[in-house]
Amino acid sequence: MTIPTGRKVIFYILLIISGFLVFAPTLMAFAMSFMSNKDIMTGSLPTSLSFDNYVRAFGQFPLLKYLLNSLIISLVIMLGQLILSSLAAYAFVFLEFKGRDLLFFVFIATMMVPFEASIIPNFHIIRDLGWIDTYPGLTVPFFAMAFGTFLLRQNFKQIPKELREASQIAGMGDFKFYLTVVLPVARTSLLTLGVYGFLTSWNMYLWPLLTTTNDNVRTVQIGLKQLQTQEQLNDWGVIMAGAVIVVIPTLILLFLGQSKLQKGLTEGALK
Amino acid sequence: MSMNSTAIQQTPKSQINFEQVKKKQRMKNFSKGMLFLLPSIILFSVFLFYPLARTIYLSFFLTDAAGATTVFVGWENYVTMFTSPIFLQSMKSTFLFVLYTVPITIIISLFLAVIANEKLKGIGFFRTIYSSTMGISVAAASVFWLYLFHPSMGPLNLLLNAIGAEGIGWLTDTSWALFAIAITTIWMNIGFTFLILLGGLQSIDSSLYESADIDGAGYFYKLRRITIPMLSPTLFFVVTVTIINAFQTFGQIDILTQGGPVNSTNLVVYSIYREAFVNYKFGSASAQAVLLFIIILLMTFLQFKFGERKVHYQ
Repeated sequence: MTIPTGRKVIFYILLIISGFLVFAPTLMAFAMSFMSNKDIMTGSLPTSLSFDNYVRAFGQFPLLKYLLNSLIISLVIMLGQLILSSLAAYAFVFLEFKGRDLLFFVFIATMMVPFEASIIPNFHIIRDLGWIDTYPGLTVPFFAMAFGTFLLRQNFKQIPKELREASQIAGMGDFKFYLTVVLPVARTSLLTLGVYGFLTSWNMYLWPLLTTTNDNVRTVQIGLKQLQTQEQLNDWGVIMAGAVIVVIPTLILLFLGQSKLQKGLTEGALK
Repeated sequence: MSMNSTAIQQTPKSQINFEQVKKKQRMKNFSKGMLFLLPSIILFSVFLFYPLARTIYLSFFLTDAAGATTVFVGWENYVTMFTSPIFLQSMKSTFLFVLYTVPITIIISLFLAVIANEKLKGIGFFRTIYSSTMGISVAAASVFWLYLFHPSMGPLNLLLNAIGAEGIGWLTDTSWALFAIAITTIWMNIGFTFLILLGGLQSIDSSLYESADIDGAGYFYKLRRITIPMLSPTLFFVVTVTIINAFQTFGQIDILTQGGPVNSTNLVVYSIYREAFVNYKFGSASAQAVLLFIIILLMTFLQFKFGERKVHYQ
């Protein structure tokens, strides 16, 4: 089972070169965010490193407010998705009732509707509800999630049905069984789905662009776009500092949860 | 439970009541099921099914700037759409874009997944690096590449100059802009695609490789005869997702080119956005949205119909 040394060396060379190429844009942004504008303009290697760009990015833009907005919105979407997906998955796995298969088909069908194709009426709905520039407008439309339901359904299926029968004999209702048995057992999958939901919500772009018009609810992604368009084009250090601030939370989350995410996504996608 | 027992106590007269109880039980099961599903069903109805129906409806009308329908025009929005050179250009760019991004994304990610699937020391580090682009948002990735593509300071043109070639107007030249957007998109896609493919590779039964080893099979033979066929369900999934994502591209264009130069990067979602939220023509924008919906629907069906036959399931 051991790999010959010659082949090992080849693999390491390939791994390192590919790793460098894939990570180069990110690395460049990190480096630039600490460099002075003069160094960037002249294309030299950094002569001095400082946090100046970060200080200026935070000083000129309400980045802290944007970060807080993004955090709130992503957490709320994540929680909403976890609650709705797990409830729906529970019904599909443990409850037997008429029309269940039809509803399951309806859930599958939702995956074929791209959000962009229905974005115009969605925008009007949010506007008519008075939800422009509000947290509900930015979060509620994303709570229901077919992918999350399927992923959790796969996981719930592994819980023995006898467990539910036993709990029913013990007089435990479905909701209590869901709360005290199913959710704790499925916590790894819930965590995976949570990380995935947080990542995608944090990175959302088109919807916040349409439904935010002021700094009170604007997310950090749209803030970055503003930073990029409003800064004089020469101030790349500040722009990169802004971009780094945007990606740090998701990169950390990804680094921590990479292996779990990979396992969870593959399961949800393929079974 | 308690409801059933009272029902039985009240009506001890067998047959019909037995049916009644069963019916009641069924109703109870149904309402319980619905209770668990209702939150999702309501939100899907309000934010997915109704808007989809409304989009189709709007596509047959002219609207005012607030989005209210004014004149019924029948198929006219569709006729205008298919005869408009701008929209035809947009469709052409979209399909070209899919052609650029999908195969290259899959090939690069597959390569990365294969080399990151070796049991080597420190492999976890490389896996993290390869999946990292998944954690980078459209806005951030676009800003990174905006600099990389910069005509005078951008590293790509500096590199070209260093080898004696002339710099390219990546985002300003009509023959390069779409390709530049594609490069950005491929880079962004790598993380997710890699992660899924790696998961697929890891789920291949290792005994297959062991028996191939006993037969003395070489590395590339195993890759071709075991890895790729066994990976086909995952590849199939990844291709579908990448195609659908390519059709939904928006953020990169909004930051890098705003659809330009001369509409060469005006992909379908950006076109819908511009028609609806810049020009306030919700009717014709809806017609484009309906077309997008149909294309994605067709893609999904075609993938399932023709993709599945060639796919090897374990």
